Amino acid sequence: MAEKPRLKLPKEATKGEIIQIKTLVSHVMESGQRKDAQGKPIPRKIINKFTCEFNGKPVFSCVLEPAISANPYIQFDARIDEAGTFKFAWTDDDGSVITAEEKIALKA
Amino acid sequence: MLSRYIRLAVAIAAAASVATCASAEEPERKGIPAPPGHVFKTIISGYQFRSKETRALQDDDLENPGFLAVERAADAWKKVEGSEGKSCMSCHGEAETSMKGVGAAMPKWDDKLAKPVNLEQRINICRSEHMKAEPWKFKSRELTDMTTFVRYQSHGMPVAVKTDGPMSPWFERGKQTYYTRYGQLDLACASCHERNNGKFMRADFLSQGQTNGFPTYRLRDQRLVPLHERFEGCMFDVRAEPFKPLSDEFLALELYVAWRGIGLPVETPSVRN
Repeated sequence: MAEKPRLKLPKEATKGEIIQIKTLVSHVMESGQRKDAQGKPIPRKIINKFTCEFNGKPVFSCVLEPAISANPYIQFDARIDEAGTFKFAWTDDDGSVITAEEKIALKA
Repeated sequence: MLSRYIRLAVAIAAAASVATCASAEEPERKGIPAPPGHVFKTIISGYQFRSKETRALQDDDLENPGFLAVERAADAWKKVEGSEGKSCMSCHGEAETSMKGVGAAMPKWDDKLAKPVNLEQRINICRSEHMKAEPWKFKSRELTDMTTFVRYQSHGMPVAVKTDGPMSPWFERGKQTYYTRYGQLDLACASCHERNNGKFMRADFLSQGQTNGFPTYRLRDQRLVPLHERFEGCMFDVRAEPFKPLSDEFLALELYVAWRGIGLPVETPSVRN
């Protein structure tokens, strides 16, 4: 399941500009409510937390719940005051973390 | 007596105005003109029958979850598997050029097997004959991903299946299946998708049953669904015993239904309910 998440944000922005960030990650988001063919419950396996940091400062984070569909799509805005790197992290129930990062530059 | 007639007249007028309101609210469905001798006047993609939210999801290349599969298969394309030490790329090179238009023309006649083969079968033939690798199971994520990836290379190109020559008996067979009533509900494909498309059924619009978007990301399944699985689903819904995926019956049907959508742009990976 270690797949590259899909990210969309501009490569550069003017100082103070508010940009839109789109993220999509591949994940089953198994709710834990379903049963398999033998009637045994399928254990819960979801992404329970998403965080985004910019140059080490938190920008956005959220807690995800079992009712969220597979392949969660998260979109949010951020104000750009300096050039730097966005770091994204999706935390799985099993403790593994899917990470990605994307650089953004200031328009001259 | 008179008052009763007046009340009836009012009721009819009210019903009529509700009906006009409903039709005014219906989105305009754009299609393409059908070639002469076709069953439809206008061929309309399933896209046109979906809500604007679902369409928006398909239109945005980032939001569209079908692209996760395209990206996965783009990696699989380069992955060496099997005893021949080959990947898809070893023979076919860059999929963007070599696979352009391939998906739009499936199913296609295969001289060696003397029958038409669809994209899933073609991929597995390649795997077992040329790569000497284990063929992928139907409905497996790998096979559906690769089918989506190859078909995506024809994105926007018109569906162009050949139905003449050796294909014509298969075409006729598919046509027969399309118009045969199946199951306890005694419905043929045509009952819904030819005669009643555009109408409301179970809080949803019946489409023309076009296949130009397959494999399609179905929101109810939260994954990509290949065409033969959708055929199975339709047959299950009319309480019939479905044919097997990749069976000759479904292959003939796939050919015939592709012809019913001839000229429609390939939308793979599409997003549907």
